[in-house]
Amino acid sequence: MSTVTADTHAAQGEHAHTSSFLKTYVFSLDHKIIGLQFLFSTLIWFSVGGLLAMGIRWQLAYPWRPMPLLGNLLAANEGGQIAPENYTMLVTMHATVMIFFVIIPILAGAFGNFLIPLMIGADDMAVPVLNMLSYWFMWPAFFLIGSSFFVEGGAAQGGWTSYPPLSVIQQAAPGSLEGQTLWLLGVTFVGISSMMGSINYMTTIIQMRAPGMTMFRLPMTIWGMFITALLQAFALPVLTAAGFMQLSDRMFGTGFFLPEGAMANNSPMETGGGQPLLWQHLFWFYSHPAVYIMTLPAMGIVSDILSTFARKPLFGYKPMVYSICGIAGLGFIVWGHHMFVSGMNPMLGMTFMVSTMMIALPSAIKTFNWLGTLWGGKIQFTTPMLFAISFVSMFIIGGLSGIFMAATPVDIFIHDTYYIVAHFHYVLFCSTTMAVFGGIYYWFPKMFGRMMNDSWGKVHFTLTFVLMNCVFYPMHILGMQGFPRRLADPYHYETFRNLLPLNQFMSWAAFLLMASQIIFIINFFGSMFFGPRAGRNPWKANGLEWQAPSPPGHGNFDFQPIIYRGPYEYGSPETDEDYYPQTQPPKEKPMTNDQ
Amino acid sequence: MKHFWSFLFFLVPVLGVATFVFAPHFNIWLPRDISEQGRTIDSLFMFILYLTGAVFIVTESVLFYFVWKYDGKSNEQPVLFSHGSHALELVWTIIPAVTLLFIAIYQMQAWAAIKMDPPPISYTCEVTGRQFNWDFRYPGPDNELYTLDDIVRTDGKLYLPVNEEILLKITSGDVLHSFFLPNLRVKQDVVPGMAQKMWFKGKKTGGYDIVCAELCGWGHYKMKGRVFFLPRNEYDAKLAEFSAEQNTMRVEVPEEE
Repeated sequence: MSTVTADTHAAQGEHAHTSSFLKTYVFSLDHKIIGLQFLFSTLIWFSVGGLLAMGIRWQLAYPWRPMPLLGNLLAANEGGQIAPENYTMLVTMHATVMIFFVIIPILAGAFGNFLIPLMIGADDMAVPVLNMLSYWFMWPAFFLIGSSFFVEGGAAQGGWTSYPPLSVIQQAAPGSLEGQTLWLLGVTFVGISSMMGSINYMTTIIQMRAPGMTMFRLPMTIWGMFITALLQAFALPVLTAAGFMQLSDRMFGTGFFLPEGAMANNSPMETGGGQPLLWQHLFWFYSHPAVYIMTLPAMGIVSDILSTFARKPLFGYKPMVYSICGIAGLGFIVWGHHMFVSGMNPMLGMTFMVSTMMIALPSAIKTFNWLGTLWGGKIQFTTPMLFAISFVSMFIIGGLSGIFMAATPVDIFIHDTYYIVAHFHYVLFCSTTMAVFGGIYYWFPKMFGRMMNDSWGKVHFTLTFVLMNCVFYPMHILGMQGFPRRLADPYHYETFRNLLPLNQFMSWAAFLLMASQIIFIINFFGSMFFGPRAGRNPWKANGLEWQAPSPPGHGNFDFQPIIYRGPYEYGSPETDEDYYPQTQPPKEKPMTNDQ
Repeated sequence: MKHFWSFLFFLVPVLGVATFVFAPHFNIWLPRDISEQGRTIDSLFMFILYLTGAVFIVTESVLFYFVWKYDGKSNEQPVLFSHGSHALELVWTIIPAVTLLFIAIYQMQAWAAIKMDPPPISYTCEVTGRQFNWDFRYPGPDNELYTLDDIVRTDGKLYLPVNEEILLKITSGDVLHSFFLPNLRVKQDVVPGMAQKMWFKGKKTGGYDIVCAELCGWGHYKMKGRVFFLPRNEYDAKLAEFSAEQNTMRVEVPEEE
């Protein structure tokens, strides 16, 4: 092992002499360090977003009662009682933090950065400086959104969708003062960071694959990352432009999103001539593909983990790739399903209903192929595998509940109710976040050279799996009753009065869910320092990344990787072992060409 | 416990179905429906619920079965070295595609009836959403909206005649709102600068909630109204009472500063 490390450093002499602490761990150009920087930052924001959710759950369980413990943090001025404007801030910022600071950067930033060069056999990203900048451009966003909690009026309160005129007219809500400006700037910086990352990922995946690594030998994780990068490159400019338009409406008195004769506090605005629906179209033109940005890499991660621990090839590799591409293509023509009741032309609603129904198809194909992967395998129930199986199980729920919203007449009733809240939490929390946990348990040995504790991992899994279903599954029946989202106190409506006990049950499950993550934190940091050494390939996996040292040094590989096959040849009759690494030369055929 | 994990995953379909089976017993279900399109929407909802429910039970059970059967500790069979099946891919592409397309086409008629082809309207009034109240304008004795004798009420109570096709014109005085009547299964976002409308027929007398379903600021939660459906004769009396009240109302003009 020691000679290996020495070799790697010698080979990377140009980097080695700059290895002061600051250059190595802070302004690092190494994709692995940048990936870990993303991982730590997003995990910190994950806990912030989780705490915000606790505030929401407290208010829904015990409306207007002072919140113990956390109340001093979330609503200090009111003595822990969550005021209505505070509640709208909580729902806005919970979503903003979770989407822009957790899920998107943890998938693309953390896993993308760490895994892409390792899995395709490159020594680093195509443009390491751009890669470093993509991380450091997150910091203005962290700072802007973080500081917005402390300005007058508090952080943004217009919902994470930031619909004008509420978000544009400063008198409309306390959070539409400086908080909203900081929100728009913060999201713009996240966009810049994502854009830098996306260009880098595409270039790296297209240009820097090791010899023999054809596109159809790429692991599904890389396919997910590749298509995600493509989606970001095409969709993000629209959000950035729309963000600047809203900023200009707020600061320079333009009226892109304000209609003629707009009123605020009974006084007419001086501007107008715009259209509030324009923002919704532009916003969802980005934010619908963004849903897939938050899902496709997770699907890739799950495909890799399932195949590894079923000890069996991935079922239907090419259909899986084609369905990812199909999702990406269709993803651009379904944004209108967020706007069925917005006042958009009902004819358009019909068109979007058909395209939305069709986008369920590739997801269904992927689900069947995951089931096919389990079929006839020899499943090893490791912690990452449990998280991956639970992804499939939960994604079925999240996928099926989407069909209700796609059906326009039904959506008239369940739009903006807890039905949709149930749906996207099943996709984003119960599915994507479970895949993220699985990915962390799976690649932790590669990241830090040590194993995470499997028994505590299983305790963490079981608690998370059971509790999150207790939190999110009842939301379906809440939605059936029409229970609206974003209401600080829904119980003064006669229709919803009887839902309080169920909400209290869900809230307690949520508090316990949050608490059970402490197990993960302790396991994560404890294993980082005291876990058993992992070795190169602790899972006996095929992927190229498992042939590199753990953790890989600068330049990743201590040999020139040459790829002979795809990453899923488990149980192949060509070899005696039950796995067949991508770099292992075929037995009989002598190596005649280096292709 | 042997097969602990597969049984954990088996809980998903079991408890998932149980939740929907027992929810009505705890009075948590689609709220009471009092309208024509409510019945259509409810039946479409139930249609999708049964369909997706069947898919849910089958796929989750298959997942459970595979996880149980192919447990590496108990499965003695060698691993099935298979990269997929063209025939299976075709089957599970075509069947869902046809089903999904069918669902989409099946819904279109209802969508058109609810949103595009209004029936003959017998009564029209206007709703204005503003932070954080619903205002209502009724046609006065001349039965025409937007004339001098219109009745304007700002107490958040909407009175409508029962069993008549009603057209609501919906506008906003400031930001986005959404006019949502859970018991009639209608919802329409209210957009400043746009004239929205909705039509429905209430078939049961009584009072029902009006909910604001689009975030409209700090007071969003309390933007509550009530709609009351009255028989025609009572309704006319009510409106005459409002009209008289409005005619004798003294307007206090604030002093100019």
